[in-house]
Amino acid sequence: MKRAALALLALALACGAARAETLVLSLSSDRIAITSNFTGADIALFGVVERDATTVSRAAAYDVVVGVRGPRGSVVVREKSRVGPMWLNTDQRRYIAIPSYIAMLSNRPLQEIAGEEMRRKITLGVDALVPPQGRRTDIFDPEEPNFRQALMRLRREEGLFVEIGDAAEFLTPSLFRASLRIPGIAPLGRYDVDVTLLSDGVPLARQSAHFNVIKGGIEQRLATAAREQPWSYGLATALMAVFLGWIATIIFRRD
Amino acid sequence: MQFYLPIAELPVDAFMILGMGAAVGFISGMFGVGGGFLMTPLLIFVGIPPAVAVATEASQIAASSMTGALNYWRKGALDLKLGVVLLIGGLIGTALGVLFFNRMRKVGQLDTVITISYVTLLGGIGFSMMVESVRAVLAERRGKKRVVRRAGQHAWYEGLPLKVRFHRSGIYVSVIPLSVLSIFIGFAGAVLGIGGGFILVPALIYIFRVPASIVVGTSLFQILFTMIAATMMHAATNYSVDVVLALLLIVGGVFGAQFGARAGLNLRGEHFRLLLALLVFGVAVRFAVDLLVTPVERYSVTLTETPR
Repeated sequence: MKRAALALLALALACGAARAETLVLSLSSDRIAITSNFTGADIALFGVVERDATTVSRAAAYDVVVGVRGPRGSVVVREKSRVGPMWLNTDQRRYIAIPSYIAMLSNRPLQEIAGEEMRRKITLGVDALVPPQGRRTDIFDPEEPNFRQALMRLRREEGLFVEIGDAAEFLTPSLFRASLRIPGIAPLGRYDVDVTLLSDGVPLARQSAHFNVIKGGIEQRLATAAREQPWSYGLATALMAVFLGWIATIIFRRD
Repeated sequence: MQFYLPIAELPVDAFMILGMGAAVGFISGMFGVGGGFLMTPLLIFVGIPPAVAVATEASQIAASSMTGALNYWRKGALDLKLGVVLLIGGLIGTALGVLFFNRMRKVGQLDTVITISYVTLLGGIGFSMMVESVRAVLAERRGKKRVVRRAGQHAWYEGLPLKVRFHRSGIYVSVIPLSVLSIFIGFAGAVLGIGGGFILVPALIYIFRVPASIVVGTSLFQILFTMIAATMMHAATNYSVDVVLALLLIVGGVFGAQFGARAGLNLRGEHFRLLLALLVFGVAVRFAVDLLVTPVERYSVTLTETPR
């Protein structure tokens, strides 16, 4: 899909003899540290559309779409159904390399910015970033769309997949700003930011940036210890528990 | 006040967790039970991943049973030999339980296993406790004294070999049924995030005729060490023990337990057991509802591989 987008850009370049626009981006911070009172963080992105004398003038105004993707991972979507009197997980589909977080921020709703075909081609929108997958790709799986829809619906409800049609705005015809809220439950890792500039439903330029969500000081140390010295970590936790239990008998001694 | 849990990787309201710890601690202090069977479900209901809830609760039970066991130890109301025999089985059961837990987590059936186990185990025990205590309350009202077992009557398990004498408890029993019981409790404890006191105490009283004055201290001693082992084994194999969550739960629990213990003094024996039975049964019903009622959302999403 990325290749298709690149080909399209190349085509745009070839057709118009003039140079297309270029984007220059700046993120308000490139790392978000999660500390003990972390409930989420705001990130602002500024972008400038650079044109030079040879750039063709556009009839329509610019549109901008900021796509943010969290680290990818595999998920299993399970479906419950009735087994006798009980509701149990009976069916499942696995989806690999699904972004743990997706935000699509644009200056107006995506449907108005580009047609469905184009959105899929250049991966605009949550829908385009969660490709359909099945247990077997070569056989038709009529149930699969339900699982995929459920995955997107549940992630939307958690606030991990968001599409906001007015989170980006043009401050001047060539300067835009987008604000992004990273929720407290956002997973750790590298977040890729892809910014696409469009006009009249046609992509003109694309530029990317990234930021990292990391654990802050003590949280990081605890999480690393839990992973790398699990026995000592477990022993330390147990000792802490026993120590506090002992302290309680001293504080509340009833004699 | 929001607090970020480093292992569960989500923010929680610290006062809510402290409050939950205190409320469960109050109940556990009142009834002399660990409270794991209440706390683990509560943690799951407020959105803590089941694996983290079960693994972390083990450390909270270790703390509260440390307090209890020390108090009984100082009063001399603890059979160390019986405790050690129970502990050996408990450790084997815990190891098996952690293995089973990790296996079920891998195949994606952990939630179902936890739900069904809570329904059957707590439902069964809660129900039989309820029947027993209702009978006791009724019998007392009619002014009759109930005879639990007549002299000279022997159950089949009393004829088993490998008999050992436990002087402090004044019993002479085979270690085979004791081991079976403690392995089962260790297993259930590791899988469900419970100490198992509410199973162990009645079993020791009714099956093995351990005196009531010694049984609680002895069971707390066994639970203390199995839960220390469970904490370490969970930490070492599934990395799900959240030390920040554990700290909040322990601090809340310690305070709640003190007030609960005072409130418990005013309760009479039969009513006391009936209330506890209702509580245990209530948790089972809550899980049964999850299992039986048509869910609003039939789908669920689980991350199987940590994002890169």
